[in-house]
Amino acid sequence: MTFATARSPQLEKALGPGSPIIVFDRVSLAFDDKVVLRDISFTLIRGHTKIFLGASGSGKSTILKLIVGLLRPDSGVIWVNGERVDDKSEAELMKVRTDLGMVFQEGALFDSLTVAENVGYKLLEDGLSEERVWGRVMEVLGFIGLAEFADRMPSELSGGQRRRVAIARAMSYKPRILLYDEATTGLDPITADTVDDEIIKLRDLEEISSVIVTHQLRDAFRIATHEAVRADNRIRVIPADPKKADEAEFIMLKDGGIHFEGNAAELRASTDEYLRSFLS
Amino acid sequence: MLSEAERRLKEALREVQEYVQLVGALLRVAVTGPHYRRDVILQLEAIGIGSLMVISLTGFFTGAALALQTGQTLDRFGARTLVGQLVSASMIRELGPVLTALILAGRVGSGIAAELGSMAVTDQINALRALGTDPLRKLVAPRVLATTLMAPVLTVIADTFAIVAGWIISVTSLGVGTSTYWNAVLDGLYLGDAWQGTIKPFVLGFVIGTIGCHVGLRTRGGTQGVGRATTNAVVVASVLVIAVDFFLTPLLMRVLY
Repeated sequence: MTFATARSPQLEKALGPGSPIIVFDRVSLAFDDKVVLRDISFTLIRGHTKIFLGASGSGKSTILKLIVGLLRPDSGVIWVNGERVDDKSEAELMKVRTDLGMVFQEGALFDSLTVAENVGYKLLEDGLSEERVWGRVMEVLGFIGLAEFADRMPSELSGGQRRRVAIARAMSYKPRILLYDEATTGLDPITADTVDDEIIKLRDLEEISSVIVTHQLRDAFRIATHEAVRADNRIRVIPADPKKADEAEFIMLKDGGIHFEGNAAELRASTDEYLRSFLS
Repeated sequence: MLSEAERRLKEALREVQEYVQLVGALLRVAVTGPHYRRDVILQLEAIGIGSLMVISLTGFFTGAALALQTGQTLDRFGARTLVGQLVSASMIRELGPVLTALILAGRVGSGIAAELGSMAVTDQINALRALGTDPLRKLVAPRVLATTLMAPVLTVIADTFAIVAGWIISVTSLGVGTSTYWNAVLDGLYLGDAWQGTIKPFVLGFVIGTIGCHVGLRTRGGTQGVGRATTNAVVVASVLVIAVDFFLTPLLMRVLY
Protein backbone atom coordinates (compact mmCIF):
# COMPACT_ATOMS: atom_id res chain seq x y z
CA MET A 1 0.00 0.00 0.00
CA THR A 2 1.49 3.30 -1.01
CA PHE A 3 -0.17 6.65 -1.04
CA ALA A 4 2.50 8.47 -3.03
CA THR A 5 2.06 9.38 -6.69
CA ALA A 6 2.53 6.60 -9.22
CA ARG A 7 5.41 6.79 -11.70
CA SER A 8 6.40 4.99 -14.85
CA PRO A 9 8.56 1.84 -14.32
CA GLN A 10 11.40 3.45 -16.33
CA LEU A 11 11.59 6.46 -14.04
CA GLU A 12 11.23 4.25 -11.00
CA LYS A 13 14.22 2.19 -12.21
CA ALA A 14 16.32 5.26 -12.92
CA LEU A 15 15.53 6.46 -9.43
CA GLY A 16 16.24 3.04 -7.90
CA PRO A 17 18.75 2.04 -5.19
CA GLY A 18 21.97 4.03 -5.22
CA SER A 19 20.42 6.94 -7.08
CA PRO A 20 20.31 10.42 -5.60
CA ILE A 21 17.00 11.37 -4.02
CA ILE A 22 17.83 14.91 -2.88
CA VAL A 23 20.36 17.11 -4.65
CA PHE A 24 21.38 20.64 -3.68
CA ASP A 25 23.52 22.45 -6.25
CA ARG A 26 25.12 25.73 -5.15
CA VAL A 27 22.11 26.84 -3.16
CA SER A 28 22.24 30.28 -1.56
CA LEU A 29 19.66 32.15 0.48
CA ALA A 30 19.67 35.47 2.33
CA PHE A 31 16.99 37.23 4.37
CA ASP A 32 17.43 40.96 3.78
CA ASP A 33 21.11 41.57 4.62
CA LYS A 34 21.67 38.32 6.49
CA VAL A 35 23.17 35.43 4.52
CA VAL A 36 21.64 32.17 5.77
CA LEU A 37 23.08 29.67 3.26
CA ARG A 38 26.05 30.22 0.97
CA ASP A 39 26.76 27.91 -1.97
CA ILE A 40 25.49 24.72 -0.36
CA SER A 41 25.85 21.55 -2.45
CA PHE A 42 25.19 17.97 -1.33
CA THR A 43 23.56 14.76 -2.49
CA LEU A 44 21.46 12.33 -0.49
CA ILE A 45 21.40 8.77 -1.81
CA ARG A 46 18.15 6.81 -1.62
CA GLY A 47 17.80 5.00 1.70
CA HIS A 48 20.74 6.87 3.25
CA THR A 49 20.80 9.44 6.03
CA LYS A 50 22.14 12.98 6.01
CA ILE A 51 22.71 14.57 9.39
CA PHE A 52 23.09 18.34 9.58
CA LEU A 53 24.91 19.68 12.60
CA GLY A 54 25.57 23.26 13.55
CA ALA A 55 24.99 25.97 16.09
CA SER A 56 21.62 27.71 16.35
CA GLY A 57 21.06 30.02 13.41
CA SER A 58 23.55 28.22 11.17
CA GLY A 59 20.86 27.54 8.57
CA LYS A 60 20.14 23.89 9.36
CA SER A 61 16.35 24.18 9.55
CA THR A 62 16.37 26.37 6.46
CA ILE A 63 17.70 23.44 4.43
CA LEU A 64 14.66 21.34 5.39
CA LYS A 65 12.28 24.19 4.54
CA LEU A 66 13.97 24.49 1.13
CA ILE A 67 13.53 20.76 0.47
CA VAL A 68 9.79 20.94 1.21
CA GLY A 69 9.50 24.17 -0.76
CA LEU A 70 8.34 26.24 2.21
CA LEU A 71 11.15 28.63 1.26
CA ARG A 72 12.67 29.42 -2.12
CA PRO A 73 16.43 29.80 -2.66
CA ASP A 74 17.88 33.04 -4.08
CA SER A 75 20.10 30.99 -6.39
CA GLY A 76 21.00 27.37 -7.04
CA VAL A 77 19.01 24.29 -7.96
CA ILE A 78 17.26 21.76 -5.70
CA TRP A 79 16.11 18.35 -6.93
CA VAL A 80 13.85 16.22 -4.76
CA ASN A 81 12.83 12.77 -5.91
CA GLY A 82 13.45 13.56 -9.55
CA GLU A 83 11.65 16.92 -9.53
CA ARG A 84 13.04 20.43 -9.36
CA VAL A 85 11.48 22.21 -6.41
CA ASP A 86 13.21 25.59 -6.46
CA ASP A 87 11.15 27.01 -9.32
CA LYS A 88 7.78 25.35 -8.70
CA SER A 89 4.57 27.15 -7.73
CA GLU A 90 2.81 26.29 -4.47
CA ALA A 91 0.22 24.23 -6.37
CA GLU A 92 2.88 22.19 -8.23
CA LEU A 93 4.80 21.66 -4.99
CA MET A 94 1.80 19.90 -3.46
CA LYS A 95 2.56 16.90 -5.71
CA VAL A 96 6.21 16.73 -4.65
CA ARG A 97 5.15 16.96 -1.00
CA THR A 98 3.13 13.74 -1.20
CA ASP A 99 6.47 11.93 -1.07
CA LEU A 100 7.93 14.07 1.72
CA GLY A 101 7.23 13.87 5.43
CA MET A 102 8.45 16.57 7.76
CA VAL A 103 8.76 16.39 11.53
CA PHE A 104 8.81 19.94 12.81
CA GLN A 105 10.60 21.32 15.82
CA GLU A 106 8.28 20.83 18.83
CA GLY A 107 6.05 18.66 16.62
CA ALA A 108 3.74 21.38 15.24
CA LEU A 109 0.70 19.17 15.88
CA PHE A 110 -2.68 20.73 15.16
CA ASP A 111 -4.02 21.76 18.60
CA SER A 112 -7.67 21.49 17.63
CA LEU A 113 -7.46 17.86 16.45
CA THR A 114 -6.98 14.65 18.44
CA VAL A 115 -3.84 12.54 18.08
CA ALA A 116 -5.62 10.17 15.67
CA GLU A 117 -7.00 13.06 13.59
CA ASN A 118 -3.53 14.60 13.45
CA VAL A 119 -1.99 11.36 12.24
CA GLY A 120 -4.77 10.70 9.72
CA TYR A 121 -5.00 14.31 8.57
CA LYS A 122 -3.40 13.90 5.16
CA LEU A 123 -5.11 10.60 4.43
CA LEU A 124 -8.53 12.17 5.12
CA GLU A 125 -7.58 15.19 2.99
CA ASP A 126 -6.63 12.84 0.17
CA GLY A 127 -10.14 11.41 0.29
CA LEU A 128 -9.42 7.89 1.53
CA SER A 129 -12.30 6.01 3.12
CA GLU A 130 -12.65 6.46 6.88
CA GLU A 131 -12.14 2.74 7.40
CA ARG A 132 -8.77 2.71 5.60
CA VAL A 133 -7.69 5.92 7.31
CA TRP A 134 -8.38 4.74 10.85
CA GLY A 135 -6.85 1.35 10.08
CA ARG A 136 -3.65 3.00 8.92
CA VAL A 137 -3.69 5.48 11.84
CA MET A 138 -3.84 2.68 14.39
CA GLU A 139 -1.11 0.80 12.52
CA VAL A 140 1.17 3.83 12.60
CA LEU A 141 0.37 4.68 16.23
CA GLY A 142 1.11 1.05 17.09
CA PHE A 143 4.45 1.31 15.30
CA ILE A 144 5.51 4.22 17.51
CA GLY A 145 3.88 2.66 20.58
CA LEU A 146 1.22 5.30 21.23
CA ALA A 147 -1.94 3.45 20.22
CA GLU A 148 -3.65 4.08 23.55
CA PHE A 149 -3.27 7.86 23.08
CA ALA A 150 -5.33 8.00 19.87
CA ASP A 151 -8.20 10.00 21.38
CA ARG A 152 -6.10 12.41 23.45
CA MET A 153 -5.54 16.03 22.49
CA PRO A 154 -1.94 17.11 21.72
CA SER A 155 -1.92 19.37 24.80
CA GLU A 156 -2.32 16.29 27.02
CA LEU A 157 0.88 14.68 25.72
CA SER A 158 4.43 15.01 27.00
CA GLY A 159 7.14 16.55 24.82
CA GLY A 160 8.52 13.19 23.75
CA GLN A 161 5.07 11.82 22.93
CA ARG A 162 4.31 14.91 20.83
CA ARG A 163 7.49 14.36 18.76
CA ARG A 164 6.57 10.72 18.23
CA VAL A 165 3.05 11.65 17.13
CA ALA A 166 4.64 14.15 14.74
CA ILE A 167 6.74 11.30 13.33
CA ALA A 168 3.59 9.18 13.03
CA ARG A 169 1.83 11.99 11.18
CA ALA A 170 4.75 12.41 8.79
CA MET A 171 4.98 8.66 8.04
CA SER A 172 1.23 7.97 7.83
CA TYR A 173 1.03 8.48 4.06
CA LYS A 174 4.20 6.47 3.41
CA PRO A 175 6.47 9.15 2.01
CA ARG A 176 9.86 7.97 0.76
CA ILE A 177 11.72 10.85 2.37
CA LEU A 178 11.45 11.99 5.99
CA LEU A 179 12.88 15.24 7.30
CA TYR A 180 13.46 15.71 11.01
CA ASP A 181 13.91 19.20 12.45
CA GLU A 182 15.46 18.95 15.92
CA ALA A 183 13.33 15.93 16.69
CA THR A 184 15.07 15.29 20.03
CA THR A 185 15.98 18.78 21.22
CA GLY A 186 14.84 19.47 24.75
CA LEU A 187 14.11 15.81 25.54
CA ASP A 188 15.77 13.82 28.32
CA PRO A 189 18.28 11.17 27.10
CA ILE A 190 15.91 8.22 27.63
CA THR A 191 13.02 9.82 25.76
CA ALA A 192 15.42 11.04 23.07
CA ASP A 193 16.56 7.43 22.59
CA THR A 194 12.97 6.32 21.91
CA VAL A 195 12.62 9.04 19.26
CA ASP A 196 16.00 8.10 17.75
CA ASP A 197 14.92 4.47 17.58
CA GLU A 198 11.78 5.45 15.63
CA ILE A 199 13.97 7.27 13.13
CA ILE A 200 16.28 4.25 12.84
CA LYS A 201 13.36 1.84 12.45
CA LEU A 202 11.74 3.91 9.72
CA ARG A 203 15.02 4.17 7.83
CA ASP A 204 15.97 0.52 8.02
CA LEU A 205 12.59 -1.24 7.95
CA GLU A 206 10.56 1.09 5.72
CA GLU A 207 13.54 2.08 3.50
CA ILE A 208 12.99 5.76 4.04
CA SER A 209 15.66 8.30 3.12
CA SER A 210 16.19 10.69 6.02
CA VAL A 211 17.50 14.19 6.51
CA ILE A 212 18.13 14.96 10.16
CA VAL A 213 18.80 18.39 11.57
CA THR A 214 20.06 18.52 15.12
CA HIS A 215 22.60 20.02 17.45
CA GLN A 216 22.39 17.02 19.78
CA LEU A 217 25.53 15.12 18.85
CA ARG A 218 24.61 12.21 21.07
CA ASP A 219 21.44 11.54 19.06
CA ALA A 220 23.18 12.13 15.76
CA PHE A 221 25.81 9.48 16.57
CA ARG A 222 23.19 7.06 17.85
CA ILE A 223 21.20 7.31 14.62
CA ALA A 224 24.33 6.99 12.49
CA THR A 225 25.83 4.00 14.29
CA HIS A 226 22.75 1.87 14.98
CA GLU A 227 20.47 -0.17 12.79
CA ALA A 228 17.09 -1.78 13.24
CA VAL A 229 16.58 -5.47 12.52
CA ARG A 230 13.47 -7.59 12.59
CA ALA A 231 14.02 -10.96 14.26
CA ASP A 232 11.40 -13.43 15.52
CA ASN A 233 8.63 -10.88 14.93
CA ARG A 234 10.40 -8.40 17.15
CA ILE A 235 12.15 -5.23 16.14
CA ARG A 236 15.51 -4.56 17.77
CA VAL A 237 17.90 -1.65 17.46
CA ILE A 238 21.52 -2.86 17.52
CA PRO A 239 24.95 -1.33 16.76
CA ALA A 240 25.37 -1.19 12.99
CA ASP A 241 28.18 -2.78 11.01
CA PRO A 242 30.68 -0.22 9.62
CA LYS A 243 29.33 -0.45 6.07
CA LYS A 244 25.84 0.40 7.23
CA ALA A 245 27.16 3.20 9.44
CA ASP A 246 28.85 4.71 6.37
CA GLU A 247 25.42 5.32 4.86
CA ALA A 248 24.91 8.10 7.38
CA GLU A 249 26.80 11.24 6.43
CA PHE A 250 27.39 14.27 8.61
CA ILE A 251 27.44 17.83 7.36
CA MET A 252 28.52 20.56 9.75
CA LEU A 253 27.29 24.03 8.86
CA LYS A 254 29.05 27.17 9.98
CA ASP A 255 28.12 30.74 8.99
CA GLY A 256 25.94 29.51 6.15
CA GLY A 257 28.62 27.33 4.53
CA ILE A 258 29.61 23.67 4.80
CA HIS A 259 32.42 23.36 7.36
CA PHE A 260 32.75 19.57 7.40
CA GLU A 261 31.38 16.64 5.45
CA GLY A 262 32.01 12.97 6.30
CA ASN A 263 30.93 9.90 8.24
CA ALA A 264 30.76 9.33 11.99
CA ALA A 265 34.29 7.93 12.27
CA GLU A 266 35.77 10.85 10.34
CA LEU A 267 33.84 13.31 12.47
CA ARG A 268 35.12 11.70 15.67
CA ALA A 269 38.71 11.66 14.36
CA SER A 270 38.68 15.25 13.15
CA THR A 271 41.25 17.62 14.61
CA ASP A 272 39.53 20.77 13.38
CA GLU A 273 39.23 23.26 16.22
CA TYR A 274 35.62 24.28 15.59
CA LEU A 275 34.54 20.64 15.32
CA ARG A 276 36.43 19.75 18.51
CA SER A 277 34.72 22.57 20.40
CA PHE A 278 31.38 21.25 19.14
CA LEU A 279 32.19 17.65 20.04
CA SER A 280 33.45 18.30 23.54
CA MET B 1 22.25 51.13 3.93
CA LEU B 2 18.70 52.36 4.31
CA SER B 3 17.83 54.98 6.87
CA GLU B 4 15.32 54.18 9.62
CA ALA B 5 12.54 56.10 7.85
CA GLU B 6 13.22 54.40 4.52
CA ARG B 7 13.25 51.03 6.20
CA ARG B 8 9.89 51.68 7.83
CA LEU B 9 8.38 52.94 4.60
CA LYS B 10 9.64 49.86 2.78
CA GLU B 11 8.18 47.63 5.50
CA ALA B 12 4.81 49.40 5.31
CA LEU B 13 4.71 49.14 1.53
CA ARG B 14 5.61 45.47 1.70
CA GLU B 15 2.78 44.88 4.17
CA VAL B 16 0.27 46.59 1.86
CA GLN B 17 1.62 44.56 -1.07
CA GLU B 18 1.23 41.32 0.87
CA TYR B 19 -2.32 42.26 1.84
CA VAL B 20 -3.27 42.97 -1.76
CA GLN B 21 -1.66 39.66 -2.80
CA LEU B 22 -3.70 37.85 -0.13
CA VAL B 23 -6.93 39.40 -1.40
CA GLY B 24 -5.99 38.52 -5.00
CA ALA B 25 -5.14 34.95 -4.06
CA LEU B 26 -8.44 34.68 -2.17
CA LEU B 27 -10.40 35.63 -5.27
CA ARG B 28 -8.53 32.90 -7.20
CA VAL B 29 -9.26 30.38 -4.44
CA ALA B 30 -12.94 31.32 -4.53
CA VAL B 31 -13.36 30.24 -8.15
CA THR B 32 -11.20 27.08 -8.08
CA GLY B 33 -11.50 23.98 -5.87
CA PRO B 34 -11.14 22.31 -3.48
CA HIS B 35 -13.34 24.08 -0.94
CA TYR B 36 -13.55 23.19 2.73
CA ARG B 37 -17.30 23.27 3.36
CA ARG B 38 -17.04 21.85 6.88
CA ASP B 39 -14.63 24.58 7.93
CA VAL B 40 -16.92 27.23 6.42
CA ILE B 41 -19.87 25.94 8.46
CA LEU B 42 -17.78 25.81 11.65
CA GLN B 43 -16.65 29.40 11.10
CA LEU B 44 -20.16 30.60 10.26
CA GLU B 45 -21.25 29.19 13.58
CA ALA B 46 -18.29 30.49 15.59
CA ILE B 47 -18.51 33.97 14.11
CA GLY B 48 -22.27 34.27 13.62
CA ILE B 49 -23.86 32.48 16.55
CA GLY B 50 -20.90 33.33 18.78
CA SER B 51 -21.35 37.07 18.25
CA LEU B 52 -25.14 37.09 18.61
CA MET B 53 -25.25 38.05 22.28
CA VAL B 54 -22.74 40.89 22.17
CA ILE B 55 -24.25 42.29 18.96
CA SER B 56 -27.81 42.21 20.38
CA LEU B 57 -26.72 44.01 23.53
CA THR B 58 -24.80 46.61 21.55
CA GLY B 59 -27.78 47.25 19.30
CA PHE B 60 -30.20 47.45 22.19
CA PHE B 61 -28.27 49.95 24.28
CA THR B 62 -27.29 52.08 21.30
CA GLY B 63 -30.93 52.33 20.23
CA ALA B 64 -32.02 53.19 23.76
CA ALA B 65 -29.36 55.89 24.21
CA LEU B 66 -30.10 57.27 20.75
CA ALA B 67 -33.80 57.61 21.55
CA LEU B 68 -33.08 59.36 24.85
CA GLN B 69 -30.61 61.81 23.31
CA THR B 70 -32.53 62.65 20.16
CA GLY B 71 -35.82 62.92 22.04
CA GLN B 72 -34.43 65.90 23.90
CA THR B 73 -33.02 67.57 20.79
CA LEU B 74 -36.18 66.99 18.76
CA ASP B 75 -38.20 68.63 21.57
CA ARG B 76 -36.63 71.97 20.74
CA PHE B 77 -38.24 71.82 17.33
CA GLY B 78 -41.44 70.33 18.69
CA ALA B 79 -40.73 67.21 16.68
CA ARG B 80 -40.50 64.61 19.44
CA THR B 81 -42.89 62.36 17.52
CA LEU B 82 -40.22 61.85 14.85
CA VAL B 83 -37.93 59.99 17.25
CA GLY B 84 -38.68 56.67 15.52
CA GLN B 85 -37.55 58.07 12.20
CA LEU B 86 -34.30 59.29 13.68
CA VAL B 87 -33.50 56.05 15.43
CA SER B 88 -34.26 53.83 12.44
CA ALA B 89 -32.56 56.01 9.83
CA SER B 90 -29.38 56.56 11.78
CA MET B 91 -29.12 52.94 12.91
CA ILE B 92 -29.80 51.35 9.55
CA ARG B 93 -27.73 53.73 7.46
CA GLU B 94 -24.75 54.34 9.66
CA LEU B 95 -24.56 53.18 13.26
CA GLY B 96 -25.72 49.61 12.74
CA PRO B 97 -23.09 48.67 10.14
CA VAL B 98 -20.25 50.58 11.83
CA LEU B 99 -20.93 49.50 15.41
CA THR B 100 -21.44 45.87 14.40
CA ALA B 101 -18.22 45.98 12.41
CA LEU B 102 -16.31 47.52 15.32
CA ILE B 103 -17.58 44.87 17.70
CA LEU B 104 -16.71 42.16 15.16
CA ALA B 105 -13.23 43.66 14.73
CA GLY B 106 -12.76 43.36 18.48
CA ARG B 107 -14.29 39.94 18.92
CA VAL B 108 -13.67 38.13 15.64
CA GLY B 109 -10.74 39.99 14.06
CA SER B 110 -8.68 39.55 17.20
CA GLY B 111 -9.71 35.90 17.51
CA ILE B 112 -8.69 35.12 13.93
CA ALA B 113 -5.35 36.91 14.33
CA ALA B 114 -4.61 35.14 17.61
CA GLU B 115 -5.55 31.70 16.27
CA LEU B 116 -3.65 31.97 12.99
CA GLY B 117 -0.83 33.79 14.80
CA SER B 118 -0.27 30.98 17.26
CA MET B 119 -0.49 28.47 14.42
CA ALA B 120 2.16 30.47 12.57
CA VAL B 121 4.61 30.72 15.49
CA THR B 122 4.28 27.00 16.31
CA ASP B 123 4.93 26.02 12.67
CA GLN B 124 1.41 24.60 12.27
CA ILE B 125 0.88 26.68 9.12
CA ASN B 126 4.10 25.27 7.66
CA ALA B 127 3.01 21.79 8.76
CA LEU B 128 -0.26 22.25 6.85
CA ARG B 129 1.67 23.23 3.73
CA ALA B 130 4.08 20.33 4.16
CA LEU B 131 1.07 17.99 4.37
CA GLY B 132 -0.15 19.33 1.05
CA THR B 133 -2.92 21.62 2.31
CA ASP B 134 -3.12 25.22 1.14
CA PRO B 135 -3.63 27.34 4.31
CA LEU B 136 -5.38 29.91 2.15
CA ARG B 137 -8.12 27.42 1.32
CA LYS B 138 -8.25 25.66 4.66
CA LEU B 139 -7.90 28.60 7.06
CA VAL B 140 -8.26 31.95 5.34
CA ALA B 141 -11.10 31.40 2.87
CA PRO B 142 -13.59 29.96 5.43
CA ARG B 143 -12.89 32.77 7.91
CA VAL B 144 -13.19 35.56 5.36
CA LEU B 145 -16.34 34.04 3.89
CA ALA B 146 -17.87 33.72 7.36
CA THR B 147 -17.12 37.31 8.40
CA THR B 148 -18.34 38.62 5.03
CA LEU B 149 -21.63 36.70 5.20
CA MET B 150 -22.27 37.10 8.91
CA ALA B 151 -21.60 40.86 9.20
CA PRO B 152 -24.79 41.81 7.29
CA VAL B 153 -26.89 39.30 9.22
CA LEU B 154 -25.58 40.55 12.56
CA THR B 155 -26.06 44.15 11.45
CA VAL B 156 -29.73 43.53 10.71
CA ILE B 157 -30.07 41.96 14.17
CA ALA B 158 -28.36 44.94 15.82
CA ASP B 159 -30.66 47.33 13.90
CA THR B 160 -33.73 45.40 15.02
CA PHE B 161 -32.71 45.44 18.68
CA ALA B 162 -31.93 49.16 18.44
CA ILE B 163 -35.30 50.04 16.96
CA VAL B 164 -37.11 47.96 19.58
CA ALA B 165 -35.06 49.63 22.33
CA GLY B 166 -35.94 53.03 20.85
CA TRP B 167 -39.61 52.06 21.01
CA ILE B 168 -39.34 51.05 24.68
CA ILE B 169 -37.66 54.35 25.59
CA SER B 170 -40.14 56.36 23.51
CA VAL B 171 -43.11 54.80 25.26
CA THR B 172 -41.70 54.72 28.78
CA SER B 173 -39.80 57.98 29.11
CA LEU B 174 -40.57 60.20 26.09
CA GLY B 175 -44.31 59.78 26.13
CA VAL B 176 -44.48 58.95 22.41
CA GLY B 177 -47.20 56.45 21.56
CA THR B 178 -46.51 53.03 20.08
CA SER B 179 -48.24 53.68 16.76
CA THR B 180 -46.65 57.12 16.41
CA TYR B 181 -43.22 55.58 16.92
CA TRP B 182 -43.66 52.75 14.45
CA ASN B 183 -45.25 54.98 11.83
CA ALA B 184 -42.28 57.30 12.10
CA VAL B 185 -39.89 54.32 11.80
CA LEU B 186 -41.52 53.24 8.54
CA ASP B 187 -42.00 56.74 7.14
CA GLY B 188 -38.37 57.61 7.59
CA LEU B 189 -37.06 54.61 5.70
CA TYR B 190 -36.26 54.47 2.00
CA LEU B 191 -35.36 51.38 0.05
CA GLY B 192 -31.93 52.90 -0.50
CA ASP B 193 -31.38 52.91 3.27
CA ALA B 194 -32.02 49.20 3.48
CA TRP B 195 -29.60 48.55 0.61
CA GLN B 196 -26.98 50.80 2.13
CA GLY B 197 -27.42 49.08 5.49
CA THR B 198 -26.77 45.65 3.99
CA ILE B 199 -24.08 46.41 1.41
CA LYS B 200 -21.83 48.25 3.88
CA PRO B 201 -21.48 45.34 6.32
CA PHE B 202 -20.56 42.99 3.45
CA VAL B 203 -17.55 45.16 2.68
CA LEU B 204 -16.71 45.79 6.34
CA GLY B 205 -16.98 42.08 7.15
CA PHE B 206 -14.58 41.30 4.30
CA VAL B 207 -12.15 43.90 5.63
CA ILE B 208 -12.27 42.45 9.18
CA GLY B 209 -11.76 38.87 7.99
CA THR B 210 -8.93 39.63 5.60
CA ILE B 211 -7.09 41.90 8.05
CA GLY B 212 -7.38 39.30 10.82
CA CYS B 213 -6.01 36.57 8.54
CA HIS B 214 -3.30 38.75 7.02
CA VAL B 215 -2.00 39.91 10.40
CA GLY B 216 -2.29 36.40 11.87
CA LEU B 217 -0.42 34.66 9.04
CA ARG B 218 2.59 36.99 9.16
CA THR B 219 3.00 36.72 12.96
CA ARG B 220 6.60 36.24 14.10
CA GLY B 221 8.30 36.12 17.46
CA GLY B 222 6.60 33.59 19.72
CA THR B 223 3.82 34.31 22.19
CA GLN B 224 4.80 37.99 22.38
CA GLY B 225 4.36 38.18 18.64
CA VAL B 226 0.88 36.67 18.94
CA GLY B 227 -0.05 39.36 21.47
CA ARG B 228 1.23 42.08 19.16
CA ALA B 229 -0.56 40.58 16.17
CA THR B 230 -3.87 40.44 18.06
CA THR B 231 -3.63 44.09 19.08
CA ASN B 232 -2.58 45.12 15.57
CA ALA B 233 -5.46 43.26 13.98
CA VAL B 234 -8.02 45.04 16.19
CA VAL B 235 -6.45 48.48 15.74
CA VAL B 236 -6.00 48.21 11.97
CA ALA B 237 -9.41 46.63 11.39
CA SER B 238 -11.20 49.22 13.56
CA VAL B 239 -9.56 52.20 11.86
CA LEU B 240 -10.18 50.66 8.44
CA VAL B 241 -13.84 50.02 9.28
CA ILE B 242 -14.39 53.70 10.01
CA ALA B 243 -12.32 54.86 7.04
CA VAL B 244 -13.93 52.45 4.57
CA ASP B 245 -17.35 53.45 5.86
CA PHE B 246 -16.51 57.11 5.22
CA PHE B 247 -15.49 56.44 1.62
CA LEU B 248 -18.27 53.98 0.97
CA THR B 249 -21.08 56.25 2.19
CA PRO B 250 -20.95 58.93 -0.58
CA LEU B 251 -20.40 56.20 -3.18
CA LEU B 252 -23.47 54.26 -2.11
CA MET B 253 -25.51 57.47 -1.78
CA ARG B 254 -24.74 58.34 -5.38
CA VAL B 255 -25.60 54.87 -6.65
CA LEU B 256 -28.64 54.06 -4.52
CA TYR B 257 -30.67 57.28 -4.21
